[in-house]
Amino acid sequence: MDLASFCSPRVLIVAGKGGVGKTTVTATLATAAARAGLSVLIVEVEGKSGLAACFGKPPLGYEEAELAPGIRGRTLTPDEALLDYLHSHGMRRISRRLVRSGALEVVSSAVPGMKDILVLGKVKSLEVGRAADLILIDAPAAGHAISFLMSPRGLGDAVRVGPISKQSTEVIEMLSDPARCQVVLVTIPEETPVSELVDTAFALEDRIGIQLGPVVVNGCFPDFGSPVTVDEVQSLADELGVFVSPREALDLAAAADFRHDRHAVQQEQADRLAARLPLPQIRLPFVFTADIGPDEIDVLAAAFEGEVAALPAAASVS
Amino acid sequence: MSDPLSFDDVVGHRHIVVCCGTGGVGKTTVAAVLAVEGARRGRNAVVVTIDPAKRLANTLGLDSLSDTPHEIERDRWDPGGKAPDRGRLSALMLDTKSTFDHLVVKHAADDDQAQRILANTFYRNVSTALSGTQEYMAMEKLHELHEEGGYDLIVVDTPPTRHALDFLDAPRRLTRLLDNRIFRLLMMPTRAYLKAVGAGVQAFLRSVSRVVGSAVINDVVAFFRAFEGMEEGFRDRANEVLALLADGSSSFVLVTSPRRDAVEEATYFAERLAESDIPVEGLVVNRVHPRFGDERVEGLRARAETLTLKRAEAGVAAGDGAASAERLSSLYANLADFRQVAERERHHVAGVKARAGRAAVAYVPFLARDVYDFDALSEVARHLFSTATEPVGASPAQPSRSGP
Repeated sequence: MDLASFCSPRVLIVAGKGGVGKTTVTATLATAAARAGLSVLIVEVEGKSGLAACFGKPPLGYEEAELAPGIRGRTLTPDEALLDYLHSHGMRRISRRLVRSGALEVVSSAVPGMKDILVLGKVKSLEVGRAADLILIDAPAAGHAISFLMSPRGLGDAVRVGPISKQSTEVIEMLSDPARCQVVLVTIPEETPVSELVDTAFALEDRIGIQLGPVVVNGCFPDFGSPVTVDEVQSLADELGVFVSPREALDLAAAADFRHDRHAVQQEQADRLAARLPLPQIRLPFVFTADIGPDEIDVLAAAFEGEVAALPAAASVS
Repeated sequence: MSDPLSFDDVVGHRHIVVCCGTGGVGKTTVAAVLAVEGARRGRNAVVVTIDPAKRLANTLGLDSLSDTPHEIERDRWDPGGKAPDRGRLSALMLDTKSTFDHLVVKHAADDDQAQRILANTFYRNVSTALSGTQEYMAMEKLHELHEEGGYDLIVVDTPPTRHALDFLDAPRRLTRLLDNRIFRLLMMPTRAYLKAVGAGVQAFLRSVSRVVGSAVINDVVAFFRAFEGMEEGFRDRANEVLALLADGSSSFVLVTSPRRDAVEEATYFAERLAESDIPVEGLVVNRVHPRFGDERVEGLRARAETLTLKRAEAGVAAGDGAASAERLSSLYANLADFRQVAERERHHVAGVKARAGRAAVAYVPFLARDVYDFDALSEVARHLFSTATEPVGASPAQPSRSGP
């Protein structure tokens, strides 16, 4: 598959359990798409993520900011999305008061998912307005991602008329059209995150009817061959005529063992994921050298491109 | 500064232990470990979990949400029969809604008021979906177990939200909602001096109705009317919870992974707790990579490089030597990689450790498998306690040169 068809839905929602590197994957995907010549808009919905730091930039605000050539980013908050919405629908006068009086807090408590629908509604208007070739959503952590995406359906019962109801109908249309919107789930190759990803995947498909794209398995140790004993390290050294202290031999062997064991566990979990969830996998390597910054994102983006290129073209559903 | 604390102090002497940290760092596991160890040391312990991973929930006998703790048979957590007789272990998986219902019934003037609230659509939304409700109910459950449960040790997990410290604020959030001026005015429409304001409010609400529909507004108004007179009880209760958390017999344990983002969150929690005059008594750094000695990364990378050059030389001359040089080079590169990870983790942890004052600090290494049964919980415990009870089975230990 080429990157352009991977990115053919105009909105990709990147979702996964906390701590699996969702934000890193969002930045990686954005970079790969930008390299393929697409303009990208990243939308943060939870605030305070390390997204901007991945690009070496200060934290995002509601207004768009450039993160890298071809990549812009912004944070969507319900309050500002509502103000935007009311302004553009001739209700400027009540909008400020609604937020300032705290009535929004009361009303959004009255209508669960109200805040989510405001944010998704804004995403939809960005999508309809073609704000970018690709809009990437750094979604809330897994459990909340489901309620976030469920919000327009839940809302239907509470609010049957008016602009919010219309908004949710339009959002549902976007979410259930694979040509417009898909979800990219992210996990790490470990038991609990894999199990939870499978649950999330079925919930998204069954309850929301949203199309799932390939799954990203993050933090994979590259294959390292067989483990090695201390004696084997010493005999390698002897053969080559180099000095390796006993302590160093121990560390070399222990590190190789650890790498081998973790790799085996990861492989097992990635295979289990493949068996339980028939979706193509994109495996991104564990980054040893540094915390995630622009250089690491470049490395990951290159790996991402390689993995996407290796996917069968049939994996593209549209 | 007084002596540093230990986790033995925490499970041995504290009454309430709250585990906080961002999502995905193993908070629930640590909460379970603390409660199990408390029971093994003869305390009547209970752990309140929030959304535990399925297999850990099964271990704790938690098949569904429940409003009341359920006791775990002794031979499951103490198969050797070594724990003092008075030690007991119970667990519950927080059911936000029924805890909230219980609270409403408790504070309602009569059954009629309680039923009107419980049946209200707005209440049903607030009790399940208001942000912070889960945190609030975790604290409410804690208060209830403290008052009525007869437990020596209550360990509470907190929800894995970004704003995991919302529980400090959550009880206030509801009272703030109840204090909303506009809706309070609506509850007193008959008072003459409010009529002018009332008209403005009515106009405003009509506008709001245009956005969300009038059914929603009617529900909200009905809720506020039904709630009349109960705010005081809720407010007092919220203050009691905060006082309980600030009490010297309560203890906060921060759980983090050694990654930059998790550590940043943990540092933020430590600062916020300090602002509320709540000292952190324990810091658990979970899933730490082993250190593998103390050689410098640069030196190891240079060795790997030299060996690669050697391979190039040997490659011209003989086949076997080339393969060996490549193999040894890759072993050095691999060690350098892990040394680099360990150095980075040590650097990140140093920051949060500095803010943790006299807190007990424990490092739990990456374990060979996920932690979901009592054996694995014991293995984690060995990294927290000086005299932890031995693992039940014979699970081989990871190399323990792990603490930064």
